[in-house]
Amino acid sequence: MAWTKKDLLGLEYLTEDEITLILDTAESFKEVSTREIKKVPALRGKTAVNLFYEPSTRTRVSFEVAAKRLSADVINIASETSSVRKGETLIDTGKNIQALKADIIIMRHNCSGAANMLARSLDISVVNAGDGWHEHPTQALLDIFTLREKLGKIKGLNVAIVGDIAHSRVARSNIWGLTKLGANVILCAPKMLLPVGIELTGAKTSSNIDEVLKQADAVNVLRMQFERDEGAAFPEQLDYFKKFGITEERLAKAKKDIVVMHPGPINRGIEMSSNVADGANSVILEQVTNGIAVRMAVLFLVAQAKDARK
Amino acid sequence: MKEKAKILDEEGINRAIMRISHEIIEKNKGAAGLCVVGIRNRGVYIAQRVAACIKKIEGGNVLTGALDITLYRDDLALASGQPLVRKTEIDFDINDKNLVLVDDVLYTGRTIRAALDALIDFGRPKSIQLAVLVDRGHRELPIRADFVGKNIPTSNKESVEVRLAEFDGRDEVLIAEKE
Repeated sequence: MAWTKKDLLGLEYLTEDEITLILDTAESFKEVSTREIKKVPALRGKTAVNLFYEPSTRTRVSFEVAAKRLSADVINIASETSSVRKGETLIDTGKNIQALKADIIIMRHNCSGAANMLARSLDISVVNAGDGWHEHPTQALLDIFTLREKLGKIKGLNVAIVGDIAHSRVARSNIWGLTKLGANVILCAPKMLLPVGIELTGAKTSSNIDEVLKQADAVNVLRMQFERDEGAAFPEQLDYFKKFGITEERLAKAKKDIVVMHPGPINRGIEMSSNVADGANSVILEQVTNGIAVRMAVLFLVAQAKDARK
Repeated sequence: MKEKAKILDEEGINRAIMRISHEIIEKNKGAAGLCVVGIRNRGVYIAQRVAACIKKIEGGNVLTGALDITLYRDDLALASGQPLVRKTEIDFDINDKNLVLVDDVLYTGRTIRAALDALIDFGRPKSIQLAVLVDRGHRELPIRADFVGKNIPTSNKESVEVRLAEFDGRDEVLIAEKE
């Protein structure tokens, strides 16, 4: 099994084997971050550009750390301080970066499909770091990687995704990835936050968190994006915590070894209680560590595939 | 690939590994401060066998590790098919150790060059020595082995196939003709 795609745009476009290859490669890369000298020369002489049209610290820093541990040079462009403000189009920006002889663009954009459009217009690699409500493939890959590491497999697992499914690219990428690898996905949210037709992806839906937690081997708790509050669709924060928040009382009725994940940043006391976030079932900080290994694997594979095309 | 000759059978491989182990002990005046690191894939199994032999002869414990050199290859940027990245497992401090690096076949020397770079990223061993089951010549870099199981003169058109029970189900070394 060899990786042949120059881009990583979403898990929807990958086969089960391709997802597994990324996870296996990430497993090898994880060791690099445990060394005293946390660097390998695999992408020496390559340039990666972080092009972020939305504010992001954790994803951008994770990609930057991953690229640097592979010896690539990293350039950060934030839209607020670039020519985007002067009206330059996305494709023009991309072509300018390509003309600088960069090798990889890592892009976060507020429009769904932006990464796909950019990838079609350029010869260099594009890695989607989140586009609108569409996909956030590396977040889902690191979630799945962490799950596989904790539970030994993905096939047959019952994985609950709780929270704002409607606006979540993390949820979408997780649904694609998990169902392709044979897990059963249950989406749990207030009805207003469950998009119509989401069952077509193969995921089940529910609005009863206690029932969902009873069957779940793992629960991925999404961040409530109150900054995107559009009024009516969003529940009151306290009301949400009461009905959907993950608490010790709720976990006491779940499987003993249930894995609790969160993509961060956590709203403590809204999506989950502090005790749960810091508790024995939580793997939230391991997700951050694994994110580097997964992103190293992705950057390495797309760069290799692009070289192989020459 | 057409098989031309069997160079070593199971017994031959065992004898070679036994002799290499004795030579390693002789050169290092015992097994203290010694560690053995194999290059993936087959070097790892040879390293484990060498370590077991040294343990049997000297007693005590010999640390072993596995090294994947993919990320250090000098042809990584060339279109040579996509190499699989495997795990490096060196769970001990290599600083101030006498480290024996082990591979199955020594050929151009490029793998060893990559392995040396990788090892230096883990620390500063007191010495690095090289043990190989087969040296087939045709070096492209100034590298030589300290311990050799068998020297086999070959042509560039030939390939040397090492098979080990742990990985291939049986022990043998063959020369084959590339077709």
